[in-house]
Amino acid sequence: MNEGGPRWLLAELTYRCPLRCVYCSNPLDYARIDKELSTEEWLRVFREARELGAVQLGFSGGEPLVRADLEVLVGEARRLGFYTNLITSGIGLSAVRLARLRDAGLDHVQLSFQAATPDINDAIGGAATFSRKLKAARMIKAAGYPMVLNFVLHRQNIEQVERILLLSLELEADYVELANTQYDGWALINRDALLPTAEQLAAAEAVVTKWRETRGASPKIYYVVPDYYGGRPKPCGGGWAKTLLVVAPDGLALPCHGARKIPLPFPNVKNQNLAAIWQESTAFQHFRGEAWMEEPCRSCPERGKDFGGCRCQAMALTGNAASTDPTCAKAPKHYLVQQAVAAIRSTSPPELVRRS
Amino acid sequence: MSDIALAAPDDLAANQRLRLAGGYRLQFEPAQGRFVLLYPEGMVELSDSAAAVLKKCNGEGPLARSEIIDALQCDYPGADIAQDVHEFLGEALQRGWLIPVGAK
Repeated sequence: MNEGGPRWLLAELTYRCPLRCVYCSNPLDYARIDKELSTEEWLRVFREARELGAVQLGFSGGEPLVRADLEVLVGEARRLGFYTNLITSGIGLSAVRLARLRDAGLDHVQLSFQAATPDINDAIGGAATFSRKLKAARMIKAAGYPMVLNFVLHRQNIEQVERILLLSLELEADYVELANTQYDGWALINRDALLPTAEQLAAAEAVVTKWRETRGASPKIYYVVPDYYGGRPKPCGGGWAKTLLVVAPDGLALPCHGARKIPLPFPNVKNQNLAAIWQESTAFQHFRGEAWMEEPCRSCPERGKDFGGCRCQAMALTGNAASTDPTCAKAPKHYLVQQAVAAIRSTSPPELVRRS
Repeated sequence: MSDIALAAPDDLAANQRLRLAGGYRLQFEPAQGRFVLLYPEGMVELSDSAAAVLKKCNGEGPLARSEIIDALQCDYPGADIAQDVHEFLGEALQRGWLIPVGAK
């Protein structure tokens, strides 16, 4: 038994990607990180994670299809007993490649769109990809896969929620994830152009509610709530280093894909095995549990529910990863979020900065 | 698992053949010491009794509800399980873990 082990391994195979989304989750200086783990190193990571009890495996990036050894990685992961999820933009997915991945034992595909129409989709992603994504979605369904469609929501596409749901229905998606943008990294740079207004959010949420009431269960909608409105922080995963283990393209082990910028000595899978990393490393221990909390988190009745919010967001907005997430109305620096929300009301959206 | 309204058993439902829905996988997890139900990007940790029922739905061919109940009754003679199993199957259908055969 290994009750305290990770359950989710997110394998960020590469930072390379044919898209240049304005909210890209790659680190700002990702181009500096050009040495990717080898096939053999990834296979060792999978074996060690499985021994620790990880059972869900997300192949992510960047664009994981860029890796020519993806089929080998999926095949071994499936053999080890992982439930294998491919998290893709769909670019690079041919019928032949999908058949090979299926033969290797791939369980599921999550396909991202940037919007419900080609104009906005292609502008946000920085590449003409919409029609290729439609083809990819049809291929995924034709191969008999359950399909999650993912849409990151923001000011530029949130008024399309109904069209997004109609498109998802047409493409026979089993699930559609409507994920309000997490304002970190590139999305933080573009926040003033991406943050929706309260009115836009209310309208979008009304569409989701009505759809759920009138359209039944298919596709099932996962709505990822926005944390800049409402005054409540989003829980940090299930808590720092509680269930999620991320391995970055260069082998850095992280409790969250945004954690790289937090000044902690994150271990690298090249130098240590995952059991030591998960159980003993300073970085993974650092925000585990509640001992690290400052006020107002330390005495807050909700600390067991939201874990003080997102450590990465606290770092990005306050410069101190141990501070209360500023999206929390009780946070000493909640004014930072209030100012950001106020700013978009008084100014027109600035130009989007394209990811390098 | 008590938040779901349960349908009353009826003869029609008893003949319904069931199988695990596409994309779902039932698997024993040594690290957790229990069966889990895996699906896209998620997992349900199963109680022993839930796992016992789902294992019957995960066999060679799909079974009717009545066959599932009979098979479990053989495994657990003496226990009055019919109503509990029937309710669990209704809940599993509602949650989309199981689907009637013939459905997608």
